[in-house]
Amino acid sequence: MKDFLFLFRADYSSYAKRSPEALQSITKKWMDWIGSIAAQNKLIDRGNRLENDGKVIKPNNIVTDGPYCEIKESLGGYTLIKAETIDEAVTLAKGCPVYEIGGSVEVREISKM
Amino acid sequence: MQSATELIPHLFRTEYSKIVAVLCAHFGIDHIETAEDIASDTFLAATELWGLKGAPENPAAWLYTVAKNKTKNYLKRNTLFTGKIIPEIKQTAPVNTEIDLSEAGIADSLLAMIFTICDPVIATEAQIALALNLLCGFGIQEIATAFLTNKDTIYKRLQRAKEKLKEARINIAIPGEAVLPQRIASVLITLYLLFNEGYYSVSGAHPLKRECCTEAMRLTLLLLENERTNLPAANALMALMCFHASRFEARADQSGDLVLYNEQDISLWDQSLIEKGVSYLNQAAQGSALTKYHLEAGIAYWHTHPGDSKEKWEAILQLYNQLLMLEYSPVAALNRTYALAKANGPEAALIEAEKLNLQDNHFYFVLLGTLYTNSDEDKALHCFEQAYCLARSAADKQLIEKKIHLLSIQK
Repeated sequence: MKDFLFLFRADYSSYAKRSPEALQSITKKWMDWIGSIAAQNKLIDRGNRLENDGKVIKPNNIVTDGPYCEIKESLGGYTLIKAETIDEAVTLAKGCPVYEIGGSVEVREISKM
Repeated sequence: MQSATELIPHLFRTEYSKIVAVLCAHFGIDHIETAEDIASDTFLAATELWGLKGAPENPAAWLYTVAKNKTKNYLKRNTLFTGKIIPEIKQTAPVNTEIDLSEAGIADSLLAMIFTICDPVIATEAQIALALNLLCGFGIQEIATAFLTNKDTIYKRLQRAKEKLKEARINIAIPGEAVLPQRIASVLITLYLLFNEGYYSVSGAHPLKRECCTEAMRLTLLLLENERTNLPAANALMALMCFHASRFEARADQSGDLVLYNEQDISLWDQSLIEKGVSYLNQAAQGSALTKYHLEAGIAYWHTHPGDSKEKWEAILQLYNQLLMLEYSPVAALNRTYALAKANGPEAALIEAEKLNLQDNHFYFVLLGTLYTNSDEDKALHCFEQAYCLARSAADKQLIEKKIHLLSIQK
């Protein structure tokens, strides 16, 4: 088994416009999806959701409010899973509800040095 | 009034462990056998005397007095012995011959013994056996019956566990603040397993099995009665046990066979235990800790609501999702998929079930069979037959046979 990182990207500003019912339904889909991975004993760590605000630090101590104004999609969270191959990890990622809001999942194998 | 022959087994169950705990706490782990000997001698004296003269007015107090005197005599003889034979050994502190069999003294000693027995230096199955022996007054034969094994195995298991405790020089005490959270976690696991040993046993509704459950509840209650150990996780565990125990009367029929949840007579569910469970669950909600006991208690709470509702199964599904995120187990994976069928429909659940990869688990095929019933009866039957081949216990085989039979007459 190898470890993989799922990175979720989406235009999370659209979240704010949704009704509480719609948000609840999205939360249920996320829980069911991660629950499904966990039920297959392939979840390592459900990870965390990230706040929209952040800072980016660049050489010469240049601090900016993040690249969020430039691109619509931002990193909204991450989850750690295990799978035999990257193809299996991709199959697991296919059920993610992030696509419903036009987002994406980046699948990366964790390097074990 | 009860006769001595009825009274003594009952008192043995309730008082033996108290005397052993107080004496162990007094003498230290090196003298665990001395504590057991004095407690046994006390009951032997009771059996001899009460048989002739009848039981005293306050039998427990009588036992405590005799145990105290026997301890004093033992210490006297022992100091005489060590004083004469090995005079170079000096007592650093005067020997305290007064043992504390007050209510508070007993509660503290029992709690200290729970932590001692649940010390991670000994294996979990040995912890459970030792707890039954020293804290619940189960005899070796009884433990062997409860574990479906023989006396020899249990005897050796207990001896090895005691040796390990001595080698590790375990201090019989409630752990200090710094290590308490970690130590209480292993206590809760042992009590949880002790309860499950009784509740989910393969040998059916043997009375000893039910006693495992009530003893686990009694010991958990001891944790709740001390303010240092009255923690949310312990309350959650107690809530879980109350909800499960509320169905004791309903889950076995007159011949002792298991009655499945859906087929139980709801009027037999113990409402007062359910109410107690709810109150412990409210206590458990204090603080931010969310343990598997919280989640399992939540699931058990919803099961105290009879019938099917969308709300019930959606809540159970989400609790199983969270439980699996915390800790994987095949049972939780199967139950989650069942809840998914109830909440999102059998088609969605079948897709998920196929991913579970539990090909050697008979409950997996029971689940598949259940999900295929109504849509594809041939497949359902095939799954139940596979489950029947994989099942090992007679009770499980019998339940699966019933399902196959029901399906065959429907066809």
